[in-house]
Amino acid sequence: MTDVLDGPTDAGELVIPSVDVAPEDGAVGWRHRHLLDVDDLSIDDIDLVMRTADAMREVLARPIAKVPALRGRNVTILFYEASTRTRVSFEVAAKNLSADVVNVAAGTSSVSKGESLVDTVRTLEALGAQMLVMRHSVSGAPYLAAEVFNGSVLNGGDGWHAHPTQALLDLYTMRSRLGSLAGRKVVILGDVLHSRVARSNIWTLTAAGADLWLCGPSTLLRGFEAWARHGVAGSRRFHVTSSVDEALRDADVVMALRIQRERMASGLLPSLREYAARYGLTSARLATAKPEALVMHPGPMNEGVEIAADVAAGAQSVITDQVTNGVAIRMALLYLLAGAAR
Amino acid sequence: MTGRRIMTADEIRRATIRLSHEIVEKQAGTSGLLLIGIQRRGVPLARRIAEAIAENESVDIAVGALDITFYRDDLSLVAQQPVVKGTDLPFGIDGRTIVLVDDVLYTGRTIRAAMDALVDFGRPQAIRLAVLVDRGHRELPIRADHVGKNVPTSREEIVRVHLEEIDGEDGVDIERVVESRRAVEPVA
Repeated sequence: MTDVLDGPTDAGELVIPSVDVAPEDGAVGWRHRHLLDVDDLSIDDIDLVMRTADAMREVLARPIAKVPALRGRNVTILFYEASTRTRVSFEVAAKNLSADVVNVAAGTSSVSKGESLVDTVRTLEALGAQMLVMRHSVSGAPYLAAEVFNGSVLNGGDGWHAHPTQALLDLYTMRSRLGSLAGRKVVILGDVLHSRVARSNIWTLTAAGADLWLCGPSTLLRGFEAWARHGVAGSRRFHVTSSVDEALRDADVVMALRIQRERMASGLLPSLREYAARYGLTSARLATAKPEALVMHPGPMNEGVEIAADVAAGAQSVITDQVTNGVAIRMALLYLLAGAAR
Repeated sequence: MTGRRIMTADEIRRATIRLSHEIVEKQAGTSGLLLIGIQRRGVPLARRIAEAIAENESVDIAVGALDITFYRDDLSLVAQQPVVKGTDLPFGIDGRTIVLVDDVLYTGRTIRAAMDALVDFGRPQAIRLAVLVDRGHRELPIRADHVGKNVPTSREEIVRVHLEEIDGEDGVDIERVVESRRAVEPVA
């Protein structure tokens, strides 16, 4: 690298970080200040996230998995919904980049005294928050936060709407195992209707050229047929079916989604046992996919319901890869967004 | 922008061979030696030096690549985050003599970042520095152990190193920064 740190540094002078750098060595072209969803990411943006995540994987493999890239930055994590893996994954990612991490558990904060989201965001900003990682049960809540927050907002999941970091880590996991996804048959199996993971994955997987299939009971696919007919971003297509056999046949990837028990009450499913019998990912069903097909699950899992325990722990499962890659993807996003956050 | 060639392909080749001899002479052999190129153009230079050592000494020296992006001291100043090109150190560095290789030595800030990055990987016996071009204007107490060519420059000039592996040809040019570009278009 041609002495990229060069340039006048006197406070009074214009800062020119480098005048010795060829164009291809320069800035990355990342223009987003927030990560609210994946629907406004271009293919180039997605590729850049993946390439940056490769570098983060290398950092994670070091004896000391820590670099000073975000030293002195405040990353505040504000979760209004229960979460273990996503919250911890963001925290580990921020700490690996040497950021200062503030954790706000909404249950024990002034939120429970009725403070509004906008007031909470303003308060956290006044307390030094520069990047805000947020999860909320209401779809669109991070968009409201982004309107009032002067730093970067990262959506850690909002209602049924979006879970952008999950979709990116899923894509990264598939690409690191399969290479290009062009023409690869990817199946998302389960409760698509209530799944922000599925909604965000539809954008990234169709952008990557995958042959995407959504499968589940018709009550949990409502509205998706119309979306499939209309297409994603106008031209990218996907398939919707209630037939597990049709969906799994020769699949390259099968991603099972969690069935939430509270859905039974609303009459969308007759019983967990019936769901497991008709749609659960068992080794017999997996055998109809390609022999090397990847098994994925965004977690947390109900073993014995949407996925059999032996499949989740089997040789084709990349579920723990998803967790590890999640840290690398979140490091990449924090790093890229930090450039736009100041 | 006006460019002037200050090193031809032949001169780069001869300088690289001389650097390889100097490195071996300083180490009194090749024992414990590792070459680490700084991304980007330090990496092919390190490989060329390793090839020259292999030719003269019949010993293969391991070559690594170091990306110093995460260690830059201006990350909070640049407008956009720089591209990360990746670190690949396929060896332990404890107790070894590391020769850092870069194309141009200027303020010394890249080398400071590289040393910070290296010590995260272990405790080398010694860290040395080899550069193709030293253009002066140090801002930190750093000097090179091995220099291909010393080039007096002004701060208004750019030294561009072109290498076959990346740019399709070998050559070092010196250019004067156009004032208007310097004023309005920071290059990161």
